[in-house]
Amino acid sequence: MAERNLPETSALMESMAYGPAPESPSPALDWIAEHGRFGCFVAGAFEEPGATFETRNPATGEVLAHVTQADADTVARAVAAARAALPGWAGATGHARARLLYAIARLVQKQAKLLAVLETLDTGKPIRESRDIDVPLAVRHFYYHAGLAQLWPEELPGHSPIGVCGQIVPWNFPLLMLAWKVAPALAAGNTVVLKPAEYTPLSALMFAQLCQQAGVPAGVVNIVTGDGDVGERIVAHDGIDKIAFTGSTEVGRRIRKITAGRGKALTLELGGKSPYLVFEDADLDSAVEGLVDSIWLNQGQVCCAGARLLVQEGIAASFYDKLKTRMRHLRLGDPLDKCTDVGAIVDPAQLARVTGMVAQGGGDVFQPCQAPGTGCFYPPTLITGLSPADRLMQEEIFGPVLVATTFRTPAEAVALANDTRYGLAASIWSETLPLALEVAPKLAAGVVWVNGANMFDAAVGFGGLRESGFGREGGWEGLTEYLRAPGGRPEAVPVTPGVVGPAPLDRTAKMFIGGRQTRPDSGESLLVRASGGQLLGHVGAGNRKDIRNAVEAARKAQPAWAGLSGHARAQVLYYIAENLSARSEEFTERLAAQTGAGDAGQQVARSLEALFACAAWSDKYDGRIKDVPMRGVALGFNVPVGVVGVLCPSVPALEGAITAMGAAIAMGNTCVLVAPETAPLSLTDFYQVLETSDLPGGVANIVTGRTVLAETLAGHLDVDAVWAFAPELGQAVEAASCGNLKRTWITPWPGRDLGPFLRAATEVRTVWIPWGA
Amino acid sequence: MTYSRDMTLSARNPGLPLDADWLRRVRVNRPAVERRCASLPGRRSVKGEYQAAWLAKAVTLIDLTTLSGDDTPGRVARLCAKARAPLRPDLAQALGVDLHTAAVCVYHDMIAPALQALAGTPIPVAAVSTGFPAGLSPFATRLAEIEASVAAGAAEIDIVISRRHVLLGNWPALYDEVRTFREACGPAHLKTILATGELGTLQNVARASLVCMMAGADFIKTSTGKEPVNATLPVGLVMMRAIRDYHAATGVKIGFKPAGGISTAKDALVWLALLKEELGSGWLSPALFRFGASSLLGDIERQIEHHVTGAYSAACRHPMG
Repeated sequence: MAERNLPETSALMESMAYGPAPESPSPALDWIAEHGRFGCFVAGAFEEPGATFETRNPATGEVLAHVTQADADTVARAVAAARAALPGWAGATGHARARLLYAIARLVQKQAKLLAVLETLDTGKPIRESRDIDVPLAVRHFYYHAGLAQLWPEELPGHSPIGVCGQIVPWNFPLLMLAWKVAPALAAGNTVVLKPAEYTPLSALMFAQLCQQAGVPAGVVNIVTGDGDVGERIVAHDGIDKIAFTGSTEVGRRIRKITAGRGKALTLELGGKSPYLVFEDADLDSAVEGLVDSIWLNQGQVCCAGARLLVQEGIAASFYDKLKTRMRHLRLGDPLDKCTDVGAIVDPAQLARVTGMVAQGGGDVFQPCQAPGTGCFYPPTLITGLSPADRLMQEEIFGPVLVATTFRTPAEAVALANDTRYGLAASIWSETLPLALEVAPKLAAGVVWVNGANMFDAAVGFGGLRESGFGREGGWEGLTEYLRAPGGRPEAVPVTPGVVGPAPLDRTAKMFIGGRQTRPDSGESLLVRASGGQLLGHVGAGNRKDIRNAVEAARKAQPAWAGLSGHARAQVLYYIAENLSARSEEFTERLAAQTGAGDAGQQVARSLEALFACAAWSDKYDGRIKDVPMRGVALGFNVPVGVVGVLCPSVPALEGAITAMGAAIAMGNTCVLVAPETAPLSLTDFYQVLETSDLPGGVANIVTGRTVLAETLAGHLDVDAVWAFAPELGQAVEAASCGNLKRTWITPWPGRDLGPFLRAATEVRTVWIPWGA
Repeated sequence: MTYSRDMTLSARNPGLPLDADWLRRVRVNRPAVERRCASLPGRRSVKGEYQAAWLAKAVTLIDLTTLSGDDTPGRVARLCAKARAPLRPDLAQALGVDLHTAAVCVYHDMIAPALQALAGTPIPVAAVSTGFPAGLSPFATRLAEIEASVAAGAAEIDIVISRRHVLLGNWPALYDEVRTFREACGPAHLKTILATGELGTLQNVARASLVCMMAGADFIKTSTGKEPVNATLPVGLVMMRAIRDYHAATGVKIGFKPAGGISTAKDALVWLALLKEELGSGWLSPALFRFGASSLLGDIERQIEHHVTGAYSAACRHPMG
């Protein structure tokens, strides 16, 4: 029976208002209260607070926390700590650094909600953005750079870390910009002294705590808080080898002056006045929606915001109408409300600046709503009727203010777009491919989005031209900003051994097909004996039908698996590694019992490393842009081969199977693994790891049995490639493969280098795109 | 809350001559449309008593539907009973509402049993027509089917368009077909089912939507529920935007009906939020919006019970339709 009376329903059905949907600030406020006043984070510990300043919630004006204004001694201590930690960190193996970055990624993900609320309280940005954009992108950045840490020592031979990095991040994306700075620096083997913005220090302080929990060695990450004076001390410090700065062009210019001639590496990511071009053949509704993501993201306080709208004259009137209609649906207000689109400006000083610029700027000003009476709010604003010479068309406003003008032709659009001191980003909206591709490379911008806006990813370099700065963040190109080109490499230090799991239990070994444990079709089993001859257990005697079932499962699973992003596939591979690591002792003992191999422990460790490397490559095995003799471009994509049959090597039994599986599935293939007769129980143990690792059913299938299965697999017409790490099987496999002319790879065990595996797991698909307006 | 029959539908759409220039100008960028749809659930959230009210509203927007080969008068009578009293009485009382669904939607042969079971209520009967779901029976048969259903008392006719006209870009043929169907409907309101899962591209969806509206459709509807892919948010967004453009050009408000695949209360909330954002609150009425659904109501009932009692509910606690 109903227990509560809810008389308002009828009225609410009439209004159909969204109602309040607040995210609770309590967990974040509790976290702040636990600390009370914050000291700086130096050499792995929080120092006692010194002289402090207040950080406030701009939506309410309330004081959130008291944070230390670092003095010269604090900066000196932080630099000294980073210097002391450098040899150890720079000397760690790529895999060791990958493990730590992975741990950071996991911890940030585990604390995603707390970090999102903290970020919203400190910056005033809508919770929707901190929850769905800032924190997930930061997590992704650490995952991606765990991969780069794993790979670069082999991919970039002769390179070495730069040293101690001084990093200064802005207040618009405090945690995300921290991730953009810290992740590549650490991946490369540098140590860091980072200063968050004075307005927004809290997420960096929480990040410091996560570094402690992740086991980041003391001194590798140091966080010093304070105003611009602290930043200037970092920039001027002789013990710092590289400065990375994101912020205003004015401060960037000053940093360039201070560091000039002092041998410091420098990257600057500065301001912008990015153009947003809408051609007459664009999907206008989508272009309007793109502006919401472009200029009203984070109240327009985004360096790459599409702040200058350039519309083709013939459609300008109707486009402005559509835009105004859309603006009326923007919800301005409490940043913690889940229905808020536009939150608070970060600080009263910024609000005054935006208000003043618009008040003096002229043009026809459209604002769909008023700002609330209290708090730092400014309404979404569209200003039309300006000319290129007007101040508002030239200067960065850094608020939710869009200025607009029109163009007649593509050439004029390019000229107007490039009529600026800046060169950070640009958007082009057109449904005509030749037009969009003609215009894109002509724009003075580090990043151009075709039919989109403000898309970011850890794999893609971000950075500007002209007065928007130099250097790139993200991708291999971002990593190399933190590496010194060939010179001596420091000595390697040993990897910390993995966590040890419980002892194994006896169990019935089945096959693993389509994500299920299945009994052998034959109903027969094979004995598995130890190297000394004693009976260790039984495995199913696989036959043709088991292979048939496994291939069917692999075929069914392949399109969806290949359809996942490389990032998503990497997540699964990392998870497999995690779960294998927890049981490494058991796997070591089992492998040693079957093969008598003395290197069983190392083989398990190398298997883990192979899984990390495969995960790392999942989202980095980039295609290429080909230089073709025409006006246009050819894009070469690496696409998965399809279903791969793997006859696992006898030696190394476990490492071989896991490396082959890892490479195949990392690239988007599915596979059927025929377990090595030398150690089938290691593979049947391994499916339990797969079962607990979010691997979709059918992506990896394990069949046990005799080598005669090789011919069935090689003859199967729905298998796209067969890998046999046994030259003696070559003739049989190649002969059987003729049916569908599948690709075969017959080789003795090729070793740990993933290169040949990745090439065997992919094919290049080329797309030609001629262009011209 | 009750609606009288004449409130249930809005003024008729007189239509326009076929405007080929307008069709040529239509552009739809699928990735951008998909991005909008993907981010919307994160941008809007309805909680507590507001959510209960939204779900109660959703109930009033449902065309409660049975379209099976094994439909019988008894089955249809049971569905109609559910349409008259979609919520358990104690739950309706707790919310302080008296609801019924927007309509009941059946095949032609089930119109009479449905009308009988709905006697004395304002709930209209909608009939699917014109060789539903494929729409490939002889044209004369399809026309006759509309006339028979209107004569049998159906107040709303859900027709299927000839997908080949869209796939071949034969807009005049599509226009003439829908225009003729509209004339055959007489006083009955016309819903045109685009079968978007078979139209190939979102651009086709947008153009077909416009042609149907120009030809006089009162509602445009996504799907029959029988295609492999039915009502998706991207398709819905494109159709809503077409409705917005048509309204801007003519001042006429066309209704929208997503059908097929909408089965959870959460889905319903997202659809209503998208509608409110793209077309405005004015469209949140049975005159301009319907859910074509058979299992949606069951989930809404369970969520409303959860709201009223605080305990998670079970399907067996709500009378079946």
